[in-house]
Amino acid sequence: MKYTEGPEIRDAKAPSGPIEERWEKRKFSAKLVNPANKRKLNVIVVGTGLAGGSAAATLGELGYNVKSFCYQDSPRRAHSIAAQGGINAAKNYRGDGDSIYRLFYDTVKGGDFRARESNVYRLAQVSVNIIDQAVAQGVPFAREYGGLLDTRSFGGAQVSRTFYARGQTGQQLLLGAYQALERQVAAGTVTMHTRHEMLDVIVSDGRARGVIVRDMVTGEIERHLADAVVLATGGYGNVFFLSTNAKGCNTTAIWRAHERGAYFANPCYTQIHPTCIPVSGEYQSKLTLMSESLRNDGRVWVPLRKNDTRAPGDIPDDERDYYLERIYPAFGNLVPRDIASRAAKNVCDEGRGVGPGGLGVYLDFRDAINRLGRDAVEKKYGNLFEMYERITGENPYDVPMRIYPAVHYTMGGLWVDYDLQSTIPGLFVIGEANFSDHGANRLGASALMQGLADGYFVLPTTIGDYLAAGPFGEVDEAAIAEAELKVRNKIDRLLSVNGTRTPDSFHRELGKLMWDYCGMERTEESLRKALERIPELREEFWQNVKVTGTAEELNQVLERAGRVADFFDLAELMCLDALVRTESCGGHFRAESQDADGEALRDDENFAHVSAWEWGADGPILHKEPLEYEYVKMTQRSYK
Amino acid sequence: MAVTGAVMVLFLVLHMLGNLKIFLGKDSFNEYAHALRTLLEPLLPYRTVLTVLEVVLVASVVLHMWAAISLSRRAGKARPVKYVAKKSQAAGYTTHIMRWGGVTIALFVVWHLLDLTFGVVNPKGFDSAPADRMIAGFEPSRWWVTLIYIVAVVMVGLHLRHGVWSAVQTLGWANSTRNKVLRLSAGLLSAVLVIGFLAPPLAITFGVVK
Amino acid sequence: MNLTLKVWRQSGPSDKGRMVTYKVEDVSPDMSFLEMLDVLNERLILEGDDPIAFDHDCREGICGMCGMVINGVAHGEQRATTTCQLHMRHFEDGATITIEPWRAAPFPVVKDLVVDRSAFDRIIQAGGFVSVPAGSAPDAHSIPVRKEDADAAFDAATCIGCGACVAACPNGSASLFTAAKITHLSLLPQGQPERLSRAKAMVDQMDAEGFGGCTNTGECTAVCPKGIPLDAIARMNADYLKANAK
Repeated sequence: MKYTEGPEIRDAKAPSGPIEERWEKRKFSAKLVNPANKRKLNVIVVGTGLAGGSAAATLGELGYNVKSFCYQDSPRRAHSIAAQGGINAAKNYRGDGDSIYRLFYDTVKGGDFRARESNVYRLAQVSVNIIDQAVAQGVPFAREYGGLLDTRSFGGAQVSRTFYARGQTGQQLLLGAYQALERQVAAGTVTMHTRHEMLDVIVSDGRARGVIVRDMVTGEIERHLADAVVLATGGYGNVFFLSTNAKGCNTTAIWRAHERGAYFANPCYTQIHPTCIPVSGEYQSKLTLMSESLRNDGRVWVPLRKNDTRAPGDIPDDERDYYLERIYPAFGNLVPRDIASRAAKNVCDEGRGVGPGGLGVYLDFRDAINRLGRDAVEKKYGNLFEMYERITGENPYDVPMRIYPAVHYTMGGLWVDYDLQSTIPGLFVIGEANFSDHGANRLGASALMQGLADGYFVLPTTIGDYLAAGPFGEVDEAAIAEAELKVRNKIDRLLSVNGTRTPDSFHRELGKLMWDYCGMERTEESLRKALERIPELREEFWQNVKVTGTAEELNQVLERAGRVADFFDLAELMCLDALVRTESCGGHFRAESQDADGEALRDDENFAHVSAWEWGADGPILHKEPLEYEYVKMTQRSYK
Repeated sequence: MAVTGAVMVLFLVLHMLGNLKIFLGKDSFNEYAHALRTLLEPLLPYRTVLTVLEVVLVASVVLHMWAAISLSRRAGKARPVKYVAKKSQAAGYTTHIMRWGGVTIALFVVWHLLDLTFGVVNPKGFDSAPADRMIAGFEPSRWWVTLIYIVAVVMVGLHLRHGVWSAVQTLGWANSTRNKVLRLSAGLLSAVLVIGFLAPPLAITFGVVK
Repeated sequence: MNLTLKVWRQSGPSDKGRMVTYKVEDVSPDMSFLEMLDVLNERLILEGDDPIAFDHDCREGICGMCGMVINGVAHGEQRATTTCQLHMRHFEDGATITIEPWRAAPFPVVKDLVVDRSAFDRIIQAGGFVSVPAGSAPDAHSIPVRKEDADAAFDAATCIGCGACVAACPNGSASLFTAAKITHLSLLPQGQPERLSRAKAMVDQMDAEGFGGCTNTGECTAVCPKGIPLDAIARMNADYLKANAK
């Protein structure tokens, strides 16, 4: 795939000066909107997860006229709901040496030095307000007997800064945002549009001025106009077909915004979560995550011998390879996600994997049960064990769990500046949909933090600065009509092919291809192969896909086909980005770039930058945004 | 439903205690029946208290039925299209017989009043002593009356086993720590009422009380 | 496994709808129920038929989007399990399975097994929140909460809003859903200022939506994938009665 290089991005609009004063400075410099004017300003928010839900609620409360959209039947169902582990905040309630600075430092380091310092520092600063906000809303965080909030250490962090609500922190935080949103709906400041899918952004006079959506029940194509548009449409992990994302998660909103001029940053950064339930058959529709906390007491192993088909209980200890403990004696089973995932892949590639297809490793609680007793283990992990048994039919108290890595989160996303504004003025992008805060690898319990930081605190301030110049007047009718036509044409085209393969069969094939060639380990060869195969498959898709029904009804086949079409284009850009970035960093592992021990080797000289891709009719245009580290010294990560 | 139900349960308890007087002899029973009518005399005229109680009771019955009917109609409206297959998952069959149980009990009450209050279907007629009416009503040859009575009283028991707990729940007094005790108490109360109400007629039918 | 499915098909709100029989062959016991339907749908698409529309999203039992009445039981007979988490190993080879949508007037059928549950959102709009603006909250540790209260509030807050309680209730009542939210907030100090007005507003909205009344049958809690206890309804009733007495 051909690409060209455009000018560097030199200014991401972060204020200068000491890092701890930058956000304060920006808040003060941001223009305010007169309360009487807010009512005249319309804002569209697409997506109702933690970022979108909290943003729509907060903007409504500030007095803007908000329209909120989601593809689900209720805003409460966005996939933020499935987050299990917790949410980080630099509260230092434990007095264990945590601070805003430490959270900032850990996040920059955990992101393998590919995130912006200014953004991450702000995230750490705002994290403390999130907990206050959530508690005031009645989010039932875990508490101790003294009545104060409980925290735990998570994902290998050395301080206890993760707040949690049993295994469903995501649902509880989302319900808090959802309730705040419904309160604004009742107050009349937010109009809710459920079962609506965004299919294009309307750009008029160089500004994002609205969206084209499809009413998924009637099939009607609608236009909604506004003074600013906020995308909070989540990540694109479903490009792999099998991932821990919800079935409906897709890239359509951000991809179509990309086609309208928003740069796409670091698309190759994907996070593979090490502890998921393995694939059980060809029919598999999604993968289920098992909380990372299981690695606190479970021991990961595979048989020493290849193709050992004995039952796990029949394999004596000296014929087992507790490979994480062996390779990483200091961190053992608690190494970060990317490292644990790749190690599992390596032992399976050696032919030592377990379960169907040899794609699995054991996560064994035998020793924990012997040490702590079954009751104690049940108390800690009972609900997770139940979930495992429900899905696999195996009892993890007797037989070790089988786990395998799965795609979980995408650090890449639409490029945004310090104000969370994309390269299209008036188009803001928040939450997982943007690229901003996690660099090349996200730490556990940081996704919820970022979504809510963006939605409750950052965007409501920065968008005001943009809107202060509004309202922006009439929207060019030609621009609306053009966007509408583009959407209609795409739908008509999908319906007219009438081929012999279902959208899902294409999606599955694309996903397999991405997993094999652009998954946990990437090589120049694999990526070139993918870049050859994807256009062929896309071509076949447009010649041979079969979409039943009509456009004027609830048509789930049509919905899927449209999303798959966009995944093809995204997949190509991901592979290109992965090919161009010849270094390894965080979730992006290039086999060519590893040290003597097989660990990821960064190339700071050539790749300490954000790769922001501009959509071009003749192929993508790469803009590099150099990353400078004034506070955190770049080092090679080591967990040995 | 809860409040009217509670009024009726209270009545049933008193009614049962009164019935058991038959075991202390006919006179005791007749005196009790008479006392009911002369309660608070001479402060109030003959039968005032009883009439007031009867009015409250009738009102309770009517309101209870009205509430049941309106709940049932709301339920019908809330599910205009029925399931092709429907299987109950809740423990306990008593919840399923509330409505038909209620209808059965209502029909029985009509018969019961005609029999022992107004004496219309009683061999002794209206102008007789209450105890005589009772004994004549359940004499061995009229075993089928006793049978009707047994069915109805058991139905009342089942109705109350769910109803009493349900009333507590509706009034918001139930919770999981109390629930075990509450459900047990509801069962116990139902059992006591069933035994208390069935003892006299069975005793008469089997000739223990003459 | 080979199965016979009897599935409710209804092309839209104005269609009367009917049960349609399908044979599904070679079902793996390790499939989830929805994956079994996926397989059938893939076949229907290739045959040019309209695939069966059903709601689903996370497929890990938390979003509350999926839900169908399977053999007469909301989410199927396995307890504490959403439809997406139900696996085919719980069915017997050769079995006939009936699949119907949630049936309640306030949940009109959109298509096939898809229903409109927006009534639940309106119940929350009526008062299912704590009125706090963003950015002005006091420090989280300034409001201690008894652990027992926090845990009980959490139990109620686990409701995923799937609507199985309504589907299972012989009266078509939404009491368990409404009570779960009322209970969650009324047990916490944050929820106290609006406690009674919230209960009244939410219950009144529930009634206005056309849900039936509660007769404490317990069908709802039996099918609830999160096992929300009936206690919640008692608490709702207590708050509602108190609110009306004022």
